[in-house]
Amino acid sequence: MFLIPCPYCGERDESEFSCAGEAHIDRPLDPDALTDEQWGDYLFHRKNPKGWHQEQWHHTAGCRRYFNMLRHTVSYEIKAVYKIGEPAPEIEQ
Amino acid sequence: MRRLADGGLIDRNQPVEFTFDGKTVTGYKGDTIASALLANDIKLIGRSWKYHRPRGIIGDGAEEPNALFQVEEGAYTTPNVRGTQAEIYPGMVVNSTNAWPSVKFDLLSVFGLFARFLPAGFYYKTFMWPQKFWMFYEHMIRKASGLGESPRENDPEHYEKTNAHCDVLVVGAGATGLMAALAAGRAGARVILADEQGAFGGRLLSEAGIVDGQPAASWVEQMVSELQNMPEVRLLKRSTVFGYHDQNYLTIAERINDHQSIAERQGPREKVWRVRAKQVVLATGAHERPILFGHNDRPGVMLASAVSTYINRYGIKPANRAVLYTNNNAAYQAALDLDAAGVAVTIVDCRSDADSALVNSVKQRKIQILFNHVVAEAKGAPVSAAVVKQLVKPGVLAAGEKIINCDLIASSGGWNPAIHLLAQSGGKVRWDDAQHCFVPDLIVQQQRSAGAANGSFTLAACLADGLQAGAAAATAAGHTAVDLTVPATDQTESFVISELWRSPNGPKPWRGAKQFIDPQNDVSVADIFLAAREGFHSVEHVKRYTAMGFGTDQGKVGNIAGMAVLAEALGQPIASVGTTTFRPNYTPVTFGAIAGPEIGGTLFDPVRKTAMHGWHEEHGALFENVGQWHRPWYYPQGDESMDEAVNRECLATRNSVGMMDASTLGKIEIVGPDAAEFLNRIYTNAWTKLGIDCARYGFMLGEDGMVMDDGVTIRLDENRFFMHTTTGGAAPVLNWMERWLQTEWPELEVYMTSVTDHWATTAVVGPNSRKVVSAVVEGIDFDKDAFPFMTSRKGTIEGVPVRVNRISFSGELAYEVNVSAHSGRMVWERLYAAGEPYNITPYGTESMHVLRAEKGFVIVGQDTDGSVTPVDLGMNWIMSKTKDYLGRRSLERVDCTREGRKQLVGLLSSDPQVVLPEGGQIVNQASDQIPLPMHGHVTSSYYSACVGRSIAMALVKDGFQRQGETIYVATADGAMLPAEITKPVFYDPEGERQHG
Repeated sequence: MFLIPCPYCGERDESEFSCAGEAHIDRPLDPDALTDEQWGDYLFHRKNPKGWHQEQWHHTAGCRRYFNMLRHTVSYEIKAVYKIGEPAPEIEQ
Repeated sequence: MRRLADGGLIDRNQPVEFTFDGKTVTGYKGDTIASALLANDIKLIGRSWKYHRPRGIIGDGAEEPNALFQVEEGAYTTPNVRGTQAEIYPGMVVNSTNAWPSVKFDLLSVFGLFARFLPAGFYYKTFMWPQKFWMFYEHMIRKASGLGESPRENDPEHYEKTNAHCDVLVVGAGATGLMAALAAGRAGARVILADEQGAFGGRLLSEAGIVDGQPAASWVEQMVSELQNMPEVRLLKRSTVFGYHDQNYLTIAERINDHQSIAERQGPREKVWRVRAKQVVLATGAHERPILFGHNDRPGVMLASAVSTYINRYGIKPANRAVLYTNNNAAYQAALDLDAAGVAVTIVDCRSDADSALVNSVKQRKIQILFNHVVAEAKGAPVSAAVVKQLVKPGVLAAGEKIINCDLIASSGGWNPAIHLLAQSGGKVRWDDAQHCFVPDLIVQQQRSAGAANGSFTLAACLADGLQAGAAAATAAGHTAVDLTVPATDQTESFVISELWRSPNGPKPWRGAKQFIDPQNDVSVADIFLAAREGFHSVEHVKRYTAMGFGTDQGKVGNIAGMAVLAEALGQPIASVGTTTFRPNYTPVTFGAIAGPEIGGTLFDPVRKTAMHGWHEEHGALFENVGQWHRPWYYPQGDESMDEAVNRECLATRNSVGMMDASTLGKIEIVGPDAAEFLNRIYTNAWTKLGIDCARYGFMLGEDGMVMDDGVTIRLDENRFFMHTTTGGAAPVLNWMERWLQTEWPELEVYMTSVTDHWATTAVVGPNSRKVVSAVVEGIDFDKDAFPFMTSRKGTIEGVPVRVNRISFSGELAYEVNVSAHSGRMVWERLYAAGEPYNITPYGTESMHVLRAEKGFVIVGQDTDGSVTPVDLGMNWIMSKTKDYLGRRSLERVDCTREGRKQLVGLLSSDPQVVLPEGGQIVNQASDQIPLPMHGHVTSSYYSACVGRSIAMALVKDGFQRQGETIYVATADGAMLPAEITKPVFYDPEGERQHG
């Protein structure tokens, strides 16, 4: 089980959180301007990296805030957590 | 008796009587089951699972593959207890496993005679065909091969879990672990020291060495008492660290009571510690491995180190005449121990010579050493002799043999560091060519291995290693290490080994006497060679094909040797064969310990009950689980069947008045200046113009355009909305809305609160509902025009504020009365009393489903399945054309507008008494042609007493255009039920009743 440093609450056990998938998927501002393919890409296509991954997490059983996390999918190292709207930290793969 | 006159760490003043296979056996306090049996000269303790060969005790600890017992009977019974670790107590009931009818006379040992027909993969190969016989085969195989019996009664014991944080967790309290704990503790670190045994000391308890000028066992006592006096050091004995997870999260099973008689037990049987450690020191020691030879599974074949343990720790003379078979000089200690215990011993050493202090002291004792020799085979069961052969050169035997009569063959093929937890933590190992074992290499967590676990096999090195690791861990955790000296010891012999995994037995190693690798699973050298010949080259595949290491011991004795044999069969170095994966648990953990206090009771999953639950129980309701909620299902009267009860409830509701507990529907308050705009984006329809105290039905789509949830939302005030969700959707919908608000629309000022549990809701439904509700609620004008359909009013009942919503999920005139949950039952009872003149009838979820299906109202998740759009439901009217909302763009995708989508229709079966099966597949022809294209499925289906016939809803391809056509519902028994496609409204199609 991870120990996740919620940017609002501090370190808490993983059981309080749920992962909400890849971070930084912005909803297109004008959906009608997109082709079906582009819209489908926004809807369905997600990265599946072996390495650093930007993820959105929800402190479901805590402060209920969403935040972003930079986590390594092999070592599970959590390099950074940052609030929604803050820039993603640099990734050295 | 084989007990020595003195010595050992047992308490000879405290005899302990227990039973083994029904016979009384006496040991001493401090004995394990295994040591007590050996002291009583009981060597045959079980049968192997495949060939049912007789088996004896091999080891002295967690690695033991054979000495597995069924401890206690009835509800207290525990299978597969390792006799080498389980302490005896008065009255303990111990039974052997895996033998029928008894260990001495085993009917199934006939399998051993057919061993050549039971090779690796035998079950896969033989019982494959015909497939339908597999169940029968499996039954017989399981009966023949069971490893102990699960308890059949509820566990009367209880279990605990606890969380702990520490600076340094030291795993293992041998010489290394004690020094590490001392160094970390002296530095001021908060330390947990956990050891699986009933006493601290590890191998020091088995050895006759001197530490710090005193016998090892008394040095251990001194260390333990010093550690006990440190307030920040916690000592856990009988505590197995069984899992090493991410971020230094480790799990420990503490067996609090298993060493005491059932009558003496107090408190929980076991406690699982969930520890988050800043630093971990793995002082897990090493497991000795045997050298493989013919019939090496016979009772009387043991590990050399275990022999030392039984002599020094338990005061047992394990044999009259022994052969010690070795490829290293550490095992010579066992020869000295045997000699001291009065056992005549012959050493068989595969090496050409050996020279060290230890070897020389053996030579001085005139103990016979046969260099350049191997043990080819054991004779007798239990062992009565060893067949010894000379080596001409590595792998090649001279002609001729010596027979040495003996009742014990002890072997030592070297040591395997216990790298299990290191591997679980993500660490990697490398092959050490000098010591012939895997040692820790890459470390990925805040952790260090020390002592034998790190490949340091001498006591002097372990003491120094432990001190250094403990100090380093404490420093890394932010403390300052103090200067300590490493205690002196006489055990300084360096470890010297030459490679030998098995006795050579000719060019075809699969011929002749079986050399066992995994005695628990009957995997032999021949099986590994067979697997390699059949093309299994990956060690993971070989493991699965042969079942090597699959037992309760997880291959702690045999796996590394098995990998070496595979390397030999493939002609590769061991390093390139590698190890199998080490997974939790290190040793088996009871289900009770894992379940903890949740076992068997209501703590496993919360049960949610509404404020009126007690009333429902008192009025005979049967309940159904909806998520965690217990909802009334129906209220049978007398000996009514469910169908009869539901028919009565529906008719009473449509003809007069019914009432239902609607408290479980999700309720979310949405507040803020941008609340209406927020709803505009979440729901498909528009909310800006909804008047205060007005209600509107809304649909929520996923961004993929599929229906996700539905419900009525009421505007309580300009900036305050009250949203209903489905019962199951309450939590996911709140998460969903918060996600959009927080991540995409932070500019909106909106606040959301779950209020599901705050409000109790009574739905009063039917043509007489106005009379009932208006008789109870004060402060509301119930005139049909003053309080129209889809509006909401505030009133009171006996001074308690209520909010009455005129909304309907049945198509009837209906009111939902909401009140603070504290007054929920009072309001329900007032409404029930007021309804009695109208025969008010409580109904449950089953009647609710029928009533809504009569009206064609969908239930999200029953009539939809995540692939259904509002268009597919024929609900285009609910989709705004003038604004964007979640999922809107997806509805224009080609796939959502194509022909052939499944659409919601009604079905009327040709026989009005036939209720179509829900989930039944819909086909166009009543044909047995294969394949028969499927065109949809039945989603909801009931008998409707109000309509006087069966009704159903279904999703059918292009269903809107197929009104009036006849389709067929295929049933499991092959019948084809004809039905006509209709509109999905069966009652009051104009919808007049709800406006009444």
